Amino acid sequence: MQKTTHPRNGGQPPPPVEVRALRKVYRDITAVDGIDFSLASGSITALLGGNGAGKTTTISMLMGLVVPTSGEARVFGADMARERHQVLHRMNFESPYVDVPMRLTVRQNLEIFGRLYGVRDLKGRITATSEEFRLTELIDRPYGKLSAGQKTRVSIAKALLNEPELLLLDEPTASLDPDTADWVRSKIEHYCRGRAATIVLASHNMAEVERLADRVIMLEKGRVIADETPAELISRFGRANLEEVFLAIARRGADEAQRSP
Amino acid sequence: MSETLSGTPRPSPLREQTTLAASAGRIWGMVLRYWYVIRSSWPRTAELIYWPLVQMLMWGFLQSYLAQTSSFAAKAAGLFIGAVLLWDVLVRSQLGFSVAFLEEIWSRNLGHLMMSPLRPAEFVAALMLVSLIKLLVAMVPVAVLAHLFFGFNVLSLGIAFAAFFANLVIMSWSLGLISIGVVLRWGLGAESFAWLIVFVFLPICCVYYPVATLPAWLQPVALALPPTYVFEGLRAIVLEGAFVGHLMVKAFALNVVYVALGFAVFGYFLQSARVHGSLVQMGE
Repeated sequence: MQKTTHPRNGGQPPPPVEVRALRKVYRDITAVDGIDFSLASGSITALLGGNGAGKTTTISMLMGLVVPTSGEARVFGADMARERHQVLHRMNFESPYVDVPMRLTVRQNLEIFGRLYGVRDLKGRITATSEEFRLTELIDRPYGKLSAGQKTRVSIAKALLNEPELLLLDEPTASLDPDTADWVRSKIEHYCRGRAATIVLASHNMAEVERLADRVIMLEKGRVIADETPAELISRFGRANLEEVFLAIARRGADEAQRSP
Repeated sequence: MSETLSGTPRPSPLREQTTLAASAGRIWGMVLRYWYVIRSSWPRTAELIYWPLVQMLMWGFLQSYLAQTSSFAAKAAGLFIGAVLLWDVLVRSQLGFSVAFLEEIWSRNLGHLMMSPLRPAEFVAALMLVSLIKLLVAMVPVAVLAHLFFGFNVLSLGIAFAAFFANLVIMSWSLGLISIGVVLRWGLGAESFAWLIVFVFLPICCVYYPVATLPAWLQPVALALPPTYVFEGLRAIVLEGAFVGHLMVKAFALNVVYVALGFAVFGYFLQSARVHGSLVQMGE
């Protein structure tokens, strides 16, 4: 597989994600306002923030779907505004807000995405993935006729088909029942720990973030207002859990929330 | 090659990404995606054939009627049917191209494709192949029925038919590229543009009448469009029995310009969509 090295890293492989002075302005709205962060290989990082905080725009720039107004988003050293096709095969993405074709069966969808990503031994990989994600019974059913939980399993299977080194997840357990949501979290955790994959997770479920994330980057109005481990964040804000921290920040702003626990 | 937590190198699960074979594999994947949709639904297949069949029957019966009352119509047997078949080549091919793209928006799959290793040029190549497949599914049965009902055999046009077909299909791709570029930039609010763009050319391309019929000011516009030469060429072959090669050369030269323009417009709007964020908000 093609690897990108970076002169700034002295010939060492660059970090999976490196964001520098990243900014995105839509007409008169600043969606992302000069953020910086770098993610270590094998880490799970949660991007948190209320609606309009800049999470989706940041993830979109990491995927190269949105071009920054200024600054840069690099993935494995590639500038995603200009060089995204060098690294897209090493990434994947899952979101309940993006579907795979409804009329196609689960098998057909996995086959097509397997071909797009150039997966070796595709038939064997689909069989193994179907077994791992309990899709064997559903494999020849149209995706559009599956339940929400079954669709999520297919989407996660699609996202892991190419064994990505970087996985971007946008609210992966939204609208799932607690049992299925727990199952999805276990799969994500297992995949990340087993493959040393880097995961970026956007979620509004704070319990999920506490369980999965090594690090939390909290955004507000397009800026990073906190960047630490969940435990550090809870301790610094003097709250019982991440949900309380989130609520305090969302309602009063970071500085005030820290002053008055 | 990546590493496991223990530091052991793990073989890549993926093929080499930059070869021509990898590119062909991605294009084939997309062609399969659309083929599975066509195959899964007989109403969709019937829909492909329906309108060309209705058009062919209507013009075929009209021509049969006129042939009984007019010596010109009797002499020009096959002119209307030939024109309607070739016009449908342009329409079906452009719609086949554009609708395949629209399916990605309707099914909310565009985000997955745009962040997969599929390159824009490969996506376009797949849309071109799919438009050809849909065209064949639609037109082959209709051409056979035209032969059976009205004795018009499109293959009797010989090499001229190949030249007509190629020029019309290339023009349809140019229109398809422009229409999907507009939809990429402005979303499904601009969907009707993809459906209707080709019909602007129906009166101007002189499908059923010579260029000289148009007002003088409109004739240069007609002569700047490749399909005009195709339909002039059809009339020359049916009425005079002559294949006028220079008409096809002019059509092809213009098509080179239009395809380049189509790619430029598509590329511009794709980049514009990335700047404006419309790729992640694709919808109404």
